[in-house]
Amino acid sequence: MKILVCISKTPDTTAKIAFTDNNTKFDTSGVQWIINPYDEWYALVRAIELKEKDASTIVHLVTVGGADAEPIIRKALALGGDEAFRVNADSHDSFYIASQIASIAKEGAYDLVFTGKETIDYNGSSIGGMVAELLDFPYISLASKFELNGTKATITREIEGGEETAEVDLPVVVSAAKGMAEQRIPNMRGIMAARTKPLKVSEPVAVEALTSVTSFGLPPAKAGVKLVPADNVDELVRLLHEEAKAL
Amino acid sequence: MSVLIFVDIAEGQVKKVSLEALSYGAKLAEQLGTSAEGVVLGTPKEDLAALGKYGVSKIHHVSNPALDHLDAQLYTKVIAEVAGSTGATVIVFPNNMDGKSIAPRLSARLKAGLISGAVALPDTSNGFIVKKNVFSGKAFANISITTPVKIIALNPNAYPVRTGEGTATVAAFEAKVDSPRVKVISSTKASGEVPLTEAEVVVSAGRGLKGPENWGMVEELAKVLHAATACSRPVADAHWRPHNEHVGQTGIAIAPNLYIAIGISGAIQHLAGVNRSKVIVVINKDPEAPFFKAADYGIVGDAFDVVPKLTEAIRKIKA
Repeated sequence: MKILVCISKTPDTTAKIAFTDNNTKFDTSGVQWIINPYDEWYALVRAIELKEKDASTIVHLVTVGGADAEPIIRKALALGGDEAFRVNADSHDSFYIASQIASIAKEGAYDLVFTGKETIDYNGSSIGGMVAELLDFPYISLASKFELNGTKATITREIEGGEETAEVDLPVVVSAAKGMAEQRIPNMRGIMAARTKPLKVSEPVAVEALTSVTSFGLPPAKAGVKLVPADNVDELVRLLHEEAKAL
Repeated sequence: MSVLIFVDIAEGQVKKVSLEALSYGAKLAEQLGTSAEGVVLGTPKEDLAALGKYGVSKIHHVSNPALDHLDAQLYTKVIAEVAGSTGATVIVFPNNMDGKSIAPRLSARLKAGLISGAVALPDTSNGFIVKKNVFSGKAFANISITTPVKIIALNPNAYPVRTGEGTATVAAFEAKVDSPRVKVISSTKASGEVPLTEAEVVVSAGRGLKGPENWGMVEELAKVLHAATACSRPVADAHWRPHNEHVGQTGIAIAPNLYIAIGISGAIQHLAGVNRSKVIVVINKDPEAPFFKAADYGIVGDAFDVVPKLTEAIRKIKA
């Protein structure tokens, strides 16, 4: 069993969001970088759990980014995984990144490709589906459970107001959401081991991006809260009904 | 040249997010001076001609039992075929669970630029620029699609459903449908409840409620408002509520018309998932709770006292 886990570097969830260069670039000054939480907590940890159950399982990680992505991929290796790939390219758009990952995935002949359900910066939820199409694999998105029986996977995904469980023969691409696994903290042994795990750097394949960002902006600030006394809920209901027209 | 809208159905019923996508696609077609058409896969139980009132002139219906459940690979092939034969230059999806499965695949298949999570109509005055949320709702980006065929996945509750007069022509579309590789073995749906991502009103509660046994009053309030229930991350992590109710940066991002937060302090990660709500009401006994800064209306008070009173007051006005 060979698993490829896609790892993305994102700003910390508490990072201040600001833009520079006439609102065309994300302002990275003072930003702490983390592994995209969906990639780490759900996709990576589930892959490690599968390896713990079956020691012959091989877990590889892939990230698309510059040398500044290496601390993130080392941290991911500290949680688990045998080796990592870094495609040495700046992020262009989802299709560009998916094409790089698909190229690595094709070469490695993986049975399973895991991604997080989305990154917390671009919120595209697109990489998994694009990789699946480029590989001609089935795709299950927003998976909350993943079980493996031989070469068959049983996967539960979120649907509106419920869940749907499906069976699919490997290979398959899965995007992982909450429920797949629980967050782990890397231990000292993992951190030491990660230092010497192979991290292979490759150059990107030539692909045209399909989209480009023209500008960023921040949502307008709220006008300020209107407080209503706790003993006068009727007034709140009146405001919601007449002023906000929300009832 | 036309605008093609994917009409997502569940158990034969057209989803509300699909009506939003139809309304959006029809308006976009008007903006581009072209026609809007819909595509329905599987076995609908509704009269498809009636979808004309959302502004589409034609519905292409691909009927095949293999399409009754989502297999994103099959759906992608079929929609690509419909798009090709109708000469669609813009394809619109709802950015719901199914849309998120299909739209990226179609983008890669057609080499058509995709904007997922669009929140407004494209600016077509100079190119084709779509506004979408980024950084989990903390910011937005204007993104240019540079390919001849363009795909937009519209966020739920980002565009209003518009109805007018009109009937659509329904045409059966004969597509080659392979046998599915994804076999659905079961599905559960909490019946009667409003799906969180489609809800216009959401009642949400946090650790301030002290324990899962106290959720009765939250459900009561949700019931009178015909609202969906949600919760904060600590509540889901403690298994007081199911994880599919967790809203926030690492849960579900929502944008209802009205969001009522009870006993939630309003950490930045929580706000990221809910700050697109049109009206936010915060009930918290701590006047320093950061959530008040992001709220439109607030009550500083004990949830156990305020919430039942609020439920009664709303029941009166709804009566």
